[in-house]
Amino acid sequence: MKALVSVKRVVDYNVRIQVKSDGSGVVTDGVKHSMNPFDEIAMEEAVRLKEKGKITEIVAVTIGGAKNEETLRTALAFGADRAIHIKEEGEVQPLTAAKALAATMKKEGAQLFLCGKQAIDDDANQTGQMVAALLDIAQATFASKIEIDGGKATVTREVDAGLETLEVDLPAVITTDLRLNEPRYLKLPDIMKAKKKPIETVTFADLGVSPAAGIKTTKTVPPPSRSKGVMVKTVDELVSALKAKGLL
Amino acid sequence: MSKILIVAEHAEGKLNSGVAKTVAAAKAIGGEIHVAVFAADAAAVAAQAAKLDGVNKVLAVNNPANAQPLAALLAPQVVELAKSGYTHVLFPGTTFGKDLAPRVAAKLDVQQVSDVMAVHGPSTFDRPIYAGNAITTVQAPAGTVVATVRLASFQAVGNTGNASIETVKIDAVLPSHTRFVKLEAQKSERPDLQSAARVVSGGRALGSAENFKIIYALADKIGAAVGASRAAVDSGYVPNDMQVGQTGKIIAPELYFAIGISGAIQHLAGIKDARTIVAINKDPEAPIFEVADFGLVGDLFQIVPELTQKL
Repeated sequence: MKALVSVKRVVDYNVRIQVKSDGSGVVTDGVKHSMNPFDEIAMEEAVRLKEKGKITEIVAVTIGGAKNEETLRTALAFGADRAIHIKEEGEVQPLTAAKALAATMKKEGAQLFLCGKQAIDDDANQTGQMVAALLDIAQATFASKIEIDGGKATVTREVDAGLETLEVDLPAVITTDLRLNEPRYLKLPDIMKAKKKPIETVTFADLGVSPAAGIKTTKTVPPPSRSKGVMVKTVDELVSALKAKGLL
Repeated sequence: MSKILIVAEHAEGKLNSGVAKTVAAAKAIGGEIHVAVFAADAAAVAAQAAKLDGVNKVLAVNNPANAQPLAALLAPQVVELAKSGYTHVLFPGTTFGKDLAPRVAAKLDVQQVSDVMAVHGPSTFDRPIYAGNAITTVQAPAGTVVATVRLASFQAVGNTGNASIETVKIDAVLPSHTRFVKLEAQKSERPDLQSAARVVSGGRALGSAENFKIIYALADKIGAAVGASRAAVDSGYVPNDMQVGQTGKIIAPELYFAIGISGAIQHLAGIKDARTIVAINKDPEAPIFEVADFGLVGDLFQIVPELTQKL
């Protein structure tokens, strides 16, 4: 059984985001990028499922410009067998990404589509669900536990009310949440080995996909900042301060 | 004029508090507002939705298949309904809405606007990116506007309305590939974390699940909900549904206590809209003090019991 894992290159989660002073966006040039952390969890889960013998081949896929090859090499170092680079230099919004990924799912005949529940740049939390919708297959989002048994997956999901368990028929889309696993530390031999694994390059045209009309961003600003408050020295001081503000 | 469809979230016969906030966002867009309740028997929830100020009509969609809120089964029904002249389809920005909305948007062949935090016009909204470290103004393309509403950004509408309730039958082919197994919900007598006016959260510094009892004691004294940082959840002190932050719950209480929480960006993203933040931490350099309205440096195991006693 084949699994397709979608990985996105994003500004590294440790980078302090700077908004451009002209309001045109966020500074991304010369800033460290890495694989979306939620996608790392998806990659790790695919590798663990393969180690358990539940899947036989892992194909990593990304959409983006030339620099995204780094992200695919990371996926290959994790343990993907091969990779597909859907080359597109411009901005790709979730519905367009989902169309390209759904087309790739079909072409590959994969039974499992894994990706992070959201990318930490646009925070859209849409692509996985859209892939499932376009293919009319099951989805299990925000997964914290995945068990594959034959043609079915049992998935525990982190929902607001607690933990929900779903049973889905394969093929299915599963999006991964934080507590699913802890991604492994990549070792040098694996990184070296990844350099020799194949990456296939395709375009939207190859996949028969044309970009959907996009959302236009007209302005980007920093959030309103909270001002630093007062430091109190004792519990009594804190209680009177809160009472003075009518909060208690 | 806009015609807005809101998909109601509910559980055990109770309308989710996020729906009243989603209605507030719909009122900011302006136009006719309908709330759809998908359930095995929608009557009780529909009656609650009909009371929300600004709602013109409640659509009750009864179907045994709607006993559990499964996105794969709800999406085809929402899509059918949306096609009957709606300009907007809105969802509360909860795990329910986040799961379902993109499935609807893809079927309607439109991009989705996630986490609407302000409305500038029928298709112009503000939404956060990079965990709230930047705010964008966006314009949705032509076609149905499908959006989730960031609940912490809107005040719930009142409960004095009297909308009509209409039972609607929807012919949609529902898939059989998705089955509900179980929900392990945390039962609590305390207020709901998402909508509570006061929240007390504990962090890694609590050190154990046992030690969290001082957090519960303070919360119970002031009638607050209890939350936690990701570190506390990951350490197993409390269950995951108590997590406050970018990947947990985003909340906007009147009063927030951050106890033994250093204030990682991830956590701050979840409490930016709190009216007043109180931080108690032994490290005077903790980033939480940069955003706190009141800060107290010291040992939480002394301070918290003393505070509970003096309130």
